[in-house]
Amino acid sequence: MSATNRERYDKVILESLNLQPQDLNDGLIYNSVAAWDSVGHMSLMAALETEFDIMMETDDIIAFSSYLQGLEILAKYGIQF
Amino acid sequence: MAFYDNLDEFGHAIALIAESGETLTYEETARQADSFATHIAQNRLVFILADNCIESVIGYLGCLRGKVPAALLSSNIHASLLAGLLTLYRPNYIWMPRDRAGLTPNAGELFSRGEYVLLAYSPERLVVHEELALLMTTSGSTGSPKFVRQSYTNLEANAASIATYLSVRGNDKAITTLPMHYVYGLSVINSHLHCGAPVVLTGASLLEKRFWALFQSQEATTLSGVPYTYEILRRLRWNRMNLPSLRVLTQAGGKLNAGLVGEFAAICRDKGIRLFVMYGAAEATARMSYLPPESALDKPSSIGVPIPGGEFWIEDEAGNPITDPEEVGELFYRGANVTLGYAMSREDLARGNEREGILATGDMAKCDADGMYYIVGRKSRFVKIFGNRINLEEVEQLLRGINVDCACAGNDEKIRIYMTNASKQEEVLAYVQQLTLLHHSAFQTVVIDSIPRNQAGKIIYSELA
Repeated sequence: MSATNRERYDKVILESLNLQPQDLNDGLIYNSVAAWDSVGHMSLMAALETEFDIMMETDDIIAFSSYLQGLEILAKYGIQF
Repeated sequence: MAFYDNLDEFGHAIALIAESGETLTYEETARQADSFATHIAQNRLVFILADNCIESVIGYLGCLRGKVPAALLSSNIHASLLAGLLTLYRPNYIWMPRDRAGLTPNAGELFSRGEYVLLAYSPERLVVHEELALLMTTSGSTGSPKFVRQSYTNLEANAASIATYLSVRGNDKAITTLPMHYVYGLSVINSHLHCGAPVVLTGASLLEKRFWALFQSQEATTLSGVPYTYEILRRLRWNRMNLPSLRVLTQAGGKLNAGLVGEFAAICRDKGIRLFVMYGAAEATARMSYLPPESALDKPSSIGVPIPGGEFWIEDEAGNPITDPEEVGELFYRGANVTLGYAMSREDLARGNEREGILATGDMAKCDADGMYYIVGRKSRFVKIFGNRINLEEVEQLLRGINVDCACAGNDEKIRIYMTNASKQEEVLAYVQQLTLLHHSAFQTVVIDSIPRNQAGKIIYSELA
């Protein structure tokens, strides 16, 4: 059974930011965890682009400041959650 | 006159701009710095847990004007690192964000401004060399208690020299992109204060919308960054962003690869932006050389020429000067910005000028026929990852401290930890990340059968895969 888009998104976040499933909540924002600094952010953007085969716009990269915000932003690229 | 003593010269010109919109003129900055200084006595040591905010700068300038030496640390410093430094140095005062004051229980509060408090920590007087102005860290986060001792002359000379070759004007406006506890970040502040130009203080990163909103609303002219910053700028397609006020880009904190230098130089040429690729070290206050913007396209891998007042030369292993172009040797520098030496303990604060103005950089370099210098390698074992200097020897020692037999090697892209115990890989990665505060992508563990050693027990790094 192939993974849903939400499962794929969560997996990328967990791996890029070195987190546990219970960390995926509305409190997860940029700089709130050690690995989500500027380097972590770049790494996360690249990993999401690879996973969903998209190229993110500058405005979206700098607006992507939380786990929940990320879902809204990716939806703009036609990814349904 | 030194920039920190000369603030009144610029009177009503704006000096500092906070993210909140609060601004301070040069005159106000001088008054508030002096007010801060009334709370600190001579022959004492101040620790400043710095943020890019008005309070930090006021405290910093207050210490310089009051002639009381200060150590600049990150306001995010790891609790255990801070505890170690407090025990070792026993500073008399700590200027820090109130919300971290729990790290120093029982310290009395003397003064506060905004979110910052001045705490009285240790009562002991200490012997401080009269030239000692600032203690700055080199590798920031590997837990090393080593500071670079910078003098008043160092700070004044480097600020003036940098302001000269950058041609900083009173109508320039810098925005902070690097922490002020880092010599490069601090040099941006110092060189602009030297010229009566304003500095926008922010802790926001280039990956946050609020950074660019501030840049645009303030019409900042000058942006500085380490190599990683330039990777970010490129990824953000900065050349397509609406930044009409931008006119100066500076780069230091490690080698920006020639391809990227070329890419940025071409865009900057087209936009009329001056790009300054630079080289320096905390041991030289901040800056030793710069690549003139007009040479960036032709010589993208060069560190350029010494800063005004500075001098480079290259020596072979025997200490003889090398004069042939293209021949490689160790790079030496002489200038008023060469710092006094290091401090590893409170007693070291009494030490004087051990370098006498000459610095062996530890970098291998060559000079071309036009007098432009190039760094070709390093003498000692450290790397610069994501703008942070990491001493590989230190990482090895710290890992041995938790019983992990290992050898550390690597380059500015990746630190490889060679180890024999496969089951400890996760523990090692977690430990080094915590110590260095670097993202896990900076590290790679490599499991091998045994660490190659010679008969004297020294690790043979060339045999590591």
